[in-house]
Amino acid sequence: MLSDVNLLGPELVLLVVGAFLLIADLFLRDRRILMAVAVAALLGSIIYSAILLTEGHTGNQAFNGVLVVDKFAIFFQILLAGAAMAAVLVSSETLQRTPSRRGEYLALILFSTAGLQLLAGSRDLIMIFIALELTSISQYILVGFHKDRWGSEGGLKYLLTGAVASAVLLYGMAILLGLTGSTNLSEIASYIAWQGEGKEEALMLAAVFLIAGFGFKAAVAPFQMWAPDAYTGAPTPIAAYLSVASKAAAFAVLIRVFFEALGDDLLAEHWKTIFAALATFSMFVGNFFAIRQNNIKRMLAYSSVAQAGTLMIGLAAISADRSELLGASGILFYLAGYTVTNLAAFTVIILIANQRQGSYDIRQYAGLGRQAPWLALILSFALISLIGLPPTAIFFGKIYLFETAMQSGLAWLAVVGTVNTVISAAYYIRPIKAMFIDPSPEGEDAAPLPRPSNSVLATMGVVTAGVLVIGLHPGLLINAAEAAVAAVLS
Amino acid sequence: MDPGFPVLSLLIFLPLLGALLIAFLPGKHTPTDWLVRNTPGNAVDYPKWIALGASLAALIIAVVMFIIFDRSAAGFQFIDEFEWISAEAVGFNVNYAFGVDGLSMPLVFLTALLSVVSVLVSWRINLRTKEYFAWLLVLETSVLGVFTSLDLIFFFLFWELELLPMFLLISIWGSGNRNYSALKFVLYTVFGSAFMLAGFLALGVAADTFDIREIRQDTLSAAFLPVPVIFAFILIAFSIKLPVVPLHTWLPDAHTDAPTAVSVMLAGVLLKMGGYGILRLLFTLMPDVGADADLALAIIGAVSIVYGAIITIRQTDLKRLIAYSSVSHMGFVLLGVSALGVTGMTGAAMQLVTHGLITGMLFVMVGLVYDRTHTRQISEMRGLMHHIPLLGIGMVFAGLAGLGLPALAGFVAEITIFLGAFGSQTAAVSVSLVGVLLAAAYILWALQRTFFGPRDEKWSHLADANHWSEYTIIAGLMALIVLLGVYPALVMDLLEMGVEPIAQQIEAAVSAAAGGG
Repeated sequence: MLSDVNLLGPELVLLVVGAFLLIADLFLRDRRILMAVAVAALLGSIIYSAILLTEGHTGNQAFNGVLVVDKFAIFFQILLAGAAMAAVLVSSETLQRTPSRRGEYLALILFSTAGLQLLAGSRDLIMIFIALELTSISQYILVGFHKDRWGSEGGLKYLLTGAVASAVLLYGMAILLGLTGSTNLSEIASYIAWQGEGKEEALMLAAVFLIAGFGFKAAVAPFQMWAPDAYTGAPTPIAAYLSVASKAAAFAVLIRVFFEALGDDLLAEHWKTIFAALATFSMFVGNFFAIRQNNIKRMLAYSSVAQAGTLMIGLAAISADRSELLGASGILFYLAGYTVTNLAAFTVIILIANQRQGSYDIRQYAGLGRQAPWLALILSFALISLIGLPPTAIFFGKIYLFETAMQSGLAWLAVVGTVNTVISAAYYIRPIKAMFIDPSPEGEDAAPLPRPSNSVLATMGVVTAGVLVIGLHPGLLINAAEAAVAAVLS
Repeated sequence: MDPGFPVLSLLIFLPLLGALLIAFLPGKHTPTDWLVRNTPGNAVDYPKWIALGASLAALIIAVVMFIIFDRSAAGFQFIDEFEWISAEAVGFNVNYAFGVDGLSMPLVFLTALLSVVSVLVSWRINLRTKEYFAWLLVLETSVLGVFTSLDLIFFFLFWELELLPMFLLISIWGSGNRNYSALKFVLYTVFGSAFMLAGFLALGVAADTFDIREIRQDTLSAAFLPVPVIFAFILIAFSIKLPVVPLHTWLPDAHTDAPTAVSVMLAGVLLKMGGYGILRLLFTLMPDVGADADLALAIIGAVSIVYGAIITIRQTDLKRLIAYSSVSHMGFVLLGVSALGVTGMTGAAMQLVTHGLITGMLFVMVGLVYDRTHTRQISEMRGLMHHIPLLGIGMVFAGLAGLGLPALAGFVAEITIFLGAFGSQTAAVSVSLVGVLLAAAYILWALQRTFFGPRDEKWSHLADANHWSEYTIIAGLMALIVLLGVYPALVMDLLEMGVEPIAQQIEAAVSAAAGGG
């Protein structure tokens, strides 16, 4: 039992330090110390995950098979903790605005991250639900953290729709439990393999509810309605965090549940079609709504809906040779690329908003190419990556996912994906145009932006380098993603 | 030819290195900075020298490669290759593989040459020079990459890389309705490349490799898209780029509003990527479908030639006129390809090279004239020959080359295409001959209205060509056009070597189809 606790280490570090931060807020006055503690906790979590990996704990199950430490879980633990670390490092502006609640803010980020990490390692429906609630409740508060009009509206919308999504999810889980008599993913899988014949309709009903529940977290259309308001109302670092971490964990649990528990051919042929349809719908909805946005946070919210659709191609693409699971490793690769890309974009957006009286209006970006050429270049680079142009991370991510779709006989889905790339170019290019081409409202002599703090600079440097390195040398990440997915298979 | 070190990679990435160097050097004049001379507006002066240095070095490498290119060995030379992605379970390998053969070598040379020309022609740019020259060099790298990639993924990578420099170059340094034109260019291209990517991936999956040298139609296993669909998808991208009627409408806008150097690059090499792609990818990888598509291509080609020429006559803007003439001239490429034989394809490839030189020169001349007159309206110009005779001679020379005057380069390409295609596509060739007639009409008429005619004192203040960069460009391009006109074998032997294997494959495909049917 004690050794089981050891396997829970990466999450425990976050939970313990989070609790400490809640109290430490009372006597630690310095914002930077609190941030350093949070960053240290996240770093500790990453190191713990790495130790579990190198010391050969992979494949070990904990607490009677409720949790598992495999390469898949570790991949996501590191990705999620990294994303949370970036969010903390760019939060100093937010923390300055709310001096009395610094500890809370940081603790909630840590709690939420622990929940997401648990989600990636859960092999039991009940555990999945608990982890999901742990992360969701933290996020509801974080979205409404500023307590202003937009924050409250976004937070409340997220809470109410989230509650409905949880209910739907729970309903799907209940059906699954009723049918198979187990909440353990592998037991469900073996039940379906032996006695699933004739129960496809009921099982698919459960699957649809599960897709709706997890799709909500991933912000896939038509379960995306919370995203634009939550992104706009939330403190921008939280919007960045939601857009990457929530989505990543949602796809982790989708892969886990659908490939491990419901992966039988009996069902896969059916849910494959559902995912293909959702992917198509989500890409079109996200891209078409994004075109109309002037607020860059709202634009990125809809863009994240479209990106979730692209990711779903990987779920639909179960190749004929099931031993490979290319679609799943494509998702992992794409998620990592999307995480660094979106974080790079949001970091620049935060910096610009700090200087421009909190404005997120794309038209206000005019002339930034002259005032802050490096910031403008980095944002442009991130947007180019979001379109999927070379030499960036998502360029190769898209090739990877579309390739898996082709291999799975879903050529039409790959074509839909490429066509959506064109539509998305129409709005991703707008900020680039504003920054480099439109004349600055203050004329040529506008003052250059002040130098960002070291922590922000470091974050920006790391994520931007990530976008470039993954784009130029994708081999490493591909191998990691495949090793991670292989763990789910075995 | 194996030079022992990665000369081709050096050539491709040298301009990019130049761009990075420009980007990292300071952008404002400081008194202590020896690199910077004080110029109007405090703009720095060194970017153009770095750009000239980088593009000139690339040109020298290209010339050396051209000279030591082994003209007796078919296939690719100067190959640089290593494994880029080799994830075993991914099911596909992507190789960093570059090489040139007879078809791509002249185009590489053309790209390097026109890059130098476009740097020189921008010598007087003083708006945001750092960015301008850096993007120009990035553009050169991307085009060189397209012409030399031996891997579909890298081909696509460089194909897309060209978008951002072009977008910014047109919309920052352009004129007129430049934002609209730049966005139109980008959206048209991205639309085409979306289909191209789908086609490439389908090819890659079916052939289990992305290596251009290994993919062949008869080895394609169960493609998830029917091969003709793949062919059509990729053809969409190349048709937009070439461009062919009715996918050409981005071209006049982009050309008219682009700065001179970008027009030169656009007409001179970017359009050639479309023609090169048709030969290198469509007909090499899928000869069966290509052989079946010959009539369709011939018809599209003839329509482009005649329709393009008719539209050209009606233009009142000198630059727009030349832009539309490109549509007409690129139709010849399709016509030559549709002949399916060595002669027609050699002519088509030759047309790519000669049109690059001639239209590049025409755009240079129009740009230089515009710098002086500040108008491009044909109706406002008259008798310019009296005031700017040197520019006038250049313009007339380039115009005559453009209409296909014998002993100049354009004639060789067109006559070869007609010879090659007359046997198999008699009707299309006959129709296309009208296009030649119209070409003579629009060029001579335009020259007559602008450069000839009575002296107009309105223009007496104009200064003739007076800068070393202008002399160099005009004399250099003139010499090359004459050289290729009187001794075309210099380039044509290479091109013929390059298209021969393609034609043989098509022949094999046709006879196999005939034997089987």
